[in-house]
Amino acid sequence: MELDALLRSLEATSIATAIRENDFLFPWVESVHVLAITLVVGSIAIIDLRLLGLASLDRALTRLTANVLPCTWTAFAVAAISGALLFASNATGYAHNPYFQAKFIFLALAGVNMAVFHLIMTRDIVHWDIPPHTTPLKAKIAGAVSLIVWIGVVACGRWVGFTLHPTALAG
Amino acid sequence: MRTQSLDQFCAWLEQTPLSQTIQTTAWIVPTVQTVHILAIAAVMGSVLMIDLRLLGILAREQSLARVSERFRPFIWWTLPILLATGMLMIIGEPVRSLENPIFQLKMALLIAAIAATLSYQIPLGRDRAFWEVTSSRRGVARVIAIVSLLLWVGIVFAGRWIAYFDNS
Repeated sequence: MELDALLRSLEATSIATAIRENDFLFPWVESVHVLAITLVVGSIAIIDLRLLGLASLDRALTRLTANVLPCTWTAFAVAAISGALLFASNATGYAHNPYFQAKFIFLALAGVNMAVFHLIMTRDIVHWDIPPHTTPLKAKIAGAVSLIVWIGVVACGRWVGFTLHPTALAG
Repeated sequence: MRTQSLDQFCAWLEQTPLSQTIQTTAWIVPTVQTVHILAIAAVMGSVLMIDLRLLGILAREQSLARVSERFRPFIWWTLPILLATGMLMIIGEPVRSLENPIFQLKMALLIAAIAATLSYQIPLGRDRAFWEVTSSRRGVARVIAIVSLLLWVGIVFAGRWIAYFDNS
C-alpha cells in the first residue's frame, strides 16, 4: 500500500530514527507532549465551563477568550509538533492503532465544533457576552461537545500507550 | 530512598485483593491515568492563568484577587481526585511507584508547588491588594509565579518519567 510506504519512509528519517533509538529522546518529547496537552485541555475547559454557565460568570466571554485562547493555541502548536515527532518514530504502528485513529477523529470533531461555533453561532454574542446574561443553549451545547471530545482525545491518547505494538517503550 | 520496611510494605500492598484486581484488569490503569491527566489539565490551566496574572502578562484590567478567586477552586478541588487516582496507581504498582526516585522527586515538587501556591494565596486572603501596592511586592509576585510554573511543569515531567525509570 502506498500509504504504508510513505509511513515507512517517515520512520526512516534521521530524526525519527534518533527518537526511536535514543533512550532519553522519546520520554523527553513525550513529556513535552503531555505538558502541552494538559495546557490545551486545561485552558479550553475554562472556556467550555464559561459557555456552559458553570464558571467564570463574572467575566465577559470575549475577554476570557482573549486571555485564554492564545495560551490554548500556543500549547496546541507545541502538542502538534511534539506529537508529529512521536508519530514519526513509529509511524506505521501509530497509523494502524485504532485508538490513535479514534484520537484523530475526536480532534477533528473538536475542530468542527470550534469552527461551527465561531463562524455561525457567535454572531449574536454581543447579546449574551456580558454577565448577568446567561449563555444560550447553542453555547452550552458547544461547551459540552468540546469538553466531551477533549476527554476523548486524552483517553484515546493514553490508550495508545498501552496498545501500541511492538511496545518497546513504557506504557 | 529504599528501606526494608518500605520493601515489606510494598510486598504486602502488591498482594492485597485491590492491587491484584488493578494488576489483572486491563482497563483500570489506563482509565485511572486518563482521569489523573484530566485533573492535572484542570490544575495546569488554572495555574497558568493565575501565574500569568501574577507576572502581569494577562488580565491586568482585573485584580489579582478576582483572577485568583476564579481559578483557585480548580486547583484545590482537583487535588483530592489526583490523590485518589494516584493512590490507585500506587496500589497497582507499589514498587514501581513508591520506591521510584522519580516518584519521590515528584512528591517533593508537589509539596513545593503547594507551598508556592499558599505563599501568594494566604497574603491575598488577608489583603486583596497585597501584591499590587508596592513595586517590590509586584517583583516578589513575579518570582513566585515563575517558581510555581517551573514546579508544576516539573511535576508533569516527573509524572511521565516514572514509567521510564524501572526499578522493579
